[in-house]
Amino acid sequence: MTGPFTVAGLAAALRARRISSVELAEESLARIAAAQPVLNAFVTVDREGALEAARAADAALARGDAPPLAGVPIAHKDVLMTAGLRTTCASRMLADYVAPYDAHVVARLRAAGTTLVGKTNMDEFAMGSSNENSRFGAVANPWNRACIPGGSSGGSAAAVAARLVPAATGTDTGGSVRQPAAMCGITGIKPTYGLCSRYGLVAFASSFDTPGVLAGDAQDCALVLDAMAGHDARDATSADRPHEDCTRFLRREAGARPLAGLRIGLPREYSGTGVAAGVATAVEAALTELRKLGAETVAIELPMVGHAIPVYYVLAPAEASSNLSRFDGVRYGHRAEGYSGLDDLYGRTRAEGFGPEVKRRILIGTYVLSHGYYDAYYLKAQQVRRLIADDFARAFERCDVIAGPTTPTTAFALGARTDDPVAMYLGDIFTVAANLTGLPAISMPCGFDADGLPVGLQLQGRHFDEARLLDAAHRFQQASDWHLRVPPGYAR
Amino acid sequence: MSLGPDQIRHLAKLARIAIDDRDAGTLADELGAILGIIDRLLAIDTTGVVPMAHAHDSVVALRDDAVTEGDQRELFQRAAPAVAGGLYLVPKVIE
Repeated sequence: MTGPFTVAGLAAALRARRISSVELAEESLARIAAAQPVLNAFVTVDREGALEAARAADAALARGDAPPLAGVPIAHKDVLMTAGLRTTCASRMLADYVAPYDAHVVARLRAAGTTLVGKTNMDEFAMGSSNENSRFGAVANPWNRACIPGGSSGGSAAAVAARLVPAATGTDTGGSVRQPAAMCGITGIKPTYGLCSRYGLVAFASSFDTPGVLAGDAQDCALVLDAMAGHDARDATSADRPHEDCTRFLRREAGARPLAGLRIGLPREYSGTGVAAGVATAVEAALTELRKLGAETVAIELPMVGHAIPVYYVLAPAEASSNLSRFDGVRYGHRAEGYSGLDDLYGRTRAEGFGPEVKRRILIGTYVLSHGYYDAYYLKAQQVRRLIADDFARAFERCDVIAGPTTPTTAFALGARTDDPVAMYLGDIFTVAANLTGLPAISMPCGFDADGLPVGLQLQGRHFDEARLLDAAHRFQQASDWHLRVPPGYAR
Repeated sequence: MSLGPDQIRHLAKLARIAIDDRDAGTLADELGAILGIIDRLLAIDTTGVVPMAHAHDSVVALRDDAVTEGDQRELFQRAAPAVAGGLYLVPKVIE
């Protein structure tokens, strides 16, 4: 008996020698292989690398000097660079790209002893909310294979939901950890901007890109996040502050009202319009449960938050158009054939290498940064970004966390929004504000809609207040069992 | 704000993405719809608001002007489509 398929449970079983790292890696690899034809959650599986890492973990466990997550299988989103193992960003542009070095968070998780089993599918360059924009095909939702898993970290979410791995990394630029976590019925945290280094994260929108964690529950998110976080001089925006153990509140003894004293802000602007009935009902029930656990709810206002989508879809494409100019067919990645000169080489390489959504965003970004429109769009969006951040700062004078649905709907059908980019963008309504402001946010499962699809509850917190968010989610999960539900056919 | 195919072709040229006439038409529609939601920003009064470029208004970290990495040219150039003698190869740009 190896106990629950969680990071905490497996780490304990490994330490007690009830199972070996190699056995766990073999199990994870077998489950990935079995699920791949249906879910398509992985772009690359690294069998040899995984077994080698697992053997090293077993040796360390035998010696008694194993790091905290020794032997725990993990998958990384294919936007995080892994030395020697290809990193594609799910793009034709990087289909054969092998990074020369590890991302900082990848290196940290290797040092923590995890066994990297493979790289997960995603929307190309992390641009998308459905994982349908992948060079390697769409990912299916384990709860209903006709539905999207969410995006852009859709492969990571599906892999964790289907218990292929107990945890996976993701990145969150506008909701790309939280939204797929919600739609796949798992827990996902986007930490404060700057808590985890962006070094080796292939850049999409540098002022928003945030490495995060997808796992079965808040405790596992805390354990993995704690191993990932830390200052890194190679990322100029990495926060240089003392390490704060984000699991520290989770170990506290708690009585019947563990959340006594916690003030949960409920934004007036989040209620009503556009939220599906099944989502609203589940979120209401979760709030009732949180009150039972001692939390107090207070009404708050975020008057400018309704502008978060347009602000995001000016600024993120602007940053993307700049960041993705590096893909020129010269230094790395795809190069077109049959070009007539340097400009033709660039044009053809980028026409062939990028998919439709990436091109749309580069062109929108080019437009809002171009002469005559820079002030009207780009600077304007930056000004409204500040107004939104000011709203949150005022709200956090009256509450400790802000709660609401992670997404307005549950997972939608594959193909339902592929012809309508705007409809796809509007689904990010509740998640993008945390990226505009840099605030940490977590999504956790809080129920199911009438179609049996999971609903996510989002909690947003103050800067660097991950420990409190994780604690609130953990207490909720100790009193509920939504996070223990496994999609049919994927029980371990 | 709507965009015509000519504007799309201009943007694509600036972005160094080759497009054909059919692409230009499709993109004009798609980008027009996206600008439809973006244009809502134009009506907001932002007089005197300092633009926010970053999630934290922190000072950009500076580090010592010291060599921290060795020469890894060969390793880095392994990912390039065409190199010779340690140089990246591109089409001739000077006649």
